Amino acid sequence: MQARTFILITLVVAAAGFAATQIVSNDYVFFAGYTVLQFVVLATAWNILGGYCGYVNFGSAAFFALGAYSTVFFHKAFQMPIPLLIVVGGVVSGIIGLGMGYLTLRLRGSFFAIATLALAVVLQTLIVNWDYVGGSRGAYIIRPSALNVAGREIPYIEYLFLLMLLLAVLAIIAARTIERSRLGFGFATIRDDELAAEASGVPTLRLKLIATTISGALMGMAGAPFPYYIGYLQPQSAFALDYAVNSIAMPMIGGTASWIGPLIGAILLGTIQQVATVTISSAVNVLIVGVLLVLFVIIAPNGLVGMVQDLLRRRRA
Amino acid sequence: MTAPLLHIEQVGKRFGGFVALDGINLEVAPGERLGLIGPNGSGKSTLVNCICGTLHNETGSVTFDGRKMDGLPAHQRTVLGVARSFQLPRPFGSLSVAENLRVPLLYAVKARSGSHLSATELDERCVEYLRLVALDHKATRRPRDLTQVEMRKLELARALAAEPKLLIADESMAGLSHSEIEDILKLLLELNARGITIILIEHIMSAVMSFSQRLVVLVSGRKIADGNPAEVMRNPEVEKAYLG
Repeated sequence: MQARTFILITLVVAAAGFAATQIVSNDYVFFAGYTVLQFVVLATAWNILGGYCGYVNFGSAAFFALGAYSTVFFHKAFQMPIPLLIVVGGVVSGIIGLGMGYLTLRLRGSFFAIATLALAVVLQTLIVNWDYVGGSRGAYIIRPSALNVAGREIPYIEYLFLLMLLLAVLAIIAARTIERSRLGFGFATIRDDELAAEASGVPTLRLKLIATTISGALMGMAGAPFPYYIGYLQPQSAFALDYAVNSIAMPMIGGTASWIGPLIGAILLGTIQQVATVTISSAVNVLIVGVLLVLFVIIAPNGLVGMVQDLLRRRRA
Repeated sequence: MTAPLLHIEQVGKRFGGFVALDGINLEVAPGERLGLIGPNGSGKSTLVNCICGTLHNETGSVTFDGRKMDGLPAHQRTVLGVARSFQLPRPFGSLSVAENLRVPLLYAVKARSGSHLSATELDERCVEYLRLVALDHKATRRPRDLTQVEMRKLELARALAAEPKLLIADESMAGLSHSEIEDILKLLLELNARGITIILIEHIMSAVMSFSQRLVVLVSGRKIADGNPAEVMRNPEVEKAYLG
């Protein structure tokens, strides 16, 4: 499928999704939908480094929180509009991603994963001790109840939902474009065999830096509107374990080799979590993710997409 | 006399207290077929790694095509024209056989020429290289579907797709049957006839002797012989190293 056709289809699907929300006259749809879409962006962003390049990042929450706290900082300092804050959050997290990559990408496997976890701890400690953005006591962002667009009052949560929907579209298009590009080929060789990649002329360090920057930037963009969504941002909520665990589990369950895996994983797991939150308790969310992750690692180590591909291959053979 | 394509001067490498390479000097002329032999642990692979940039020599220098390569990362050396095949095949498992060849074309060849190859050109070149190693019928297959000899051929084809001036074949015939060895030898000779300089590292002496124009012997990180293959094999030091 041509890139233009794919972009068009993605936009049409997103528009149809948004139109469907207009049928339901309940704000909870937007709250739940926002969370699911936020995980679509996080899972897709994680997959660019973790799935395409094979470098497992345990520090997703740090990049997400960086986006959220850059919003708090710039909201307080300059009163910027949210779309601009999303761009700023992406730039800040992208720069930190590049820096983290430069410092840690000579490490491989579990050493790299531990280093990313350490980054999250270091950043959380910095935020906890930074009074300007609320420190350990947290920061309030009072969001307006509605937004006036061309004379029409739109509930603010609907506006946030729409922004996250557009971010999800952007993340998916970026992931798919990368996957089918020269860059994507390079990423795949890094995942398969870094030594052979270098011997084939692939500048592996440069490509990994590109991956950490893009991945970090998208995670930061996902985190930027979060203070407006939650209203009160504190380090425990921004650096929550949920973000790190979900951004790994969703691509693993959906499948890491392709852009569609994280999308399926995020929609599936995100929806289950939202249903569990309403019917049981939000406290069981991490338990659900843990159980599903263990099951998938055993039953379908290549995720749902990999399982379907294997079944089709066997049927053809 | 033509300038050497590869000039290695006093190259040394240690791993802790172990001296892997001890002041190696070596010159390889353009278009030459050089055999590099030595017992296990003699430093052959370390030397290859120092030439290709996988390891960096601690002393001495490696000059390729008139350019000093010390400190250059492996991918830049491939761009300059040094390609290698690995002792144990290291294919890109998630890519098809043809896609494995696309990688050096997309990176090494593009970086060298500075121009972008169109999708058609890429496909044509992949097919050309696959045909050369008789793997064109398996272009869409995954490396895991290949036999041992096909895997070795893929390894050579991928190195070849980097369009190198110097190809280093590191034990490309290990574990192969007599007819398969003949196959690989024929292929290497054909590549050399196309103007590619080849360094063959091999334990199979019959293959090395029939392939090489010159033979270099390494023992315990030192070069103990360099010259005509038949004469080198009569060298008492070489006999002692091999037979004890």
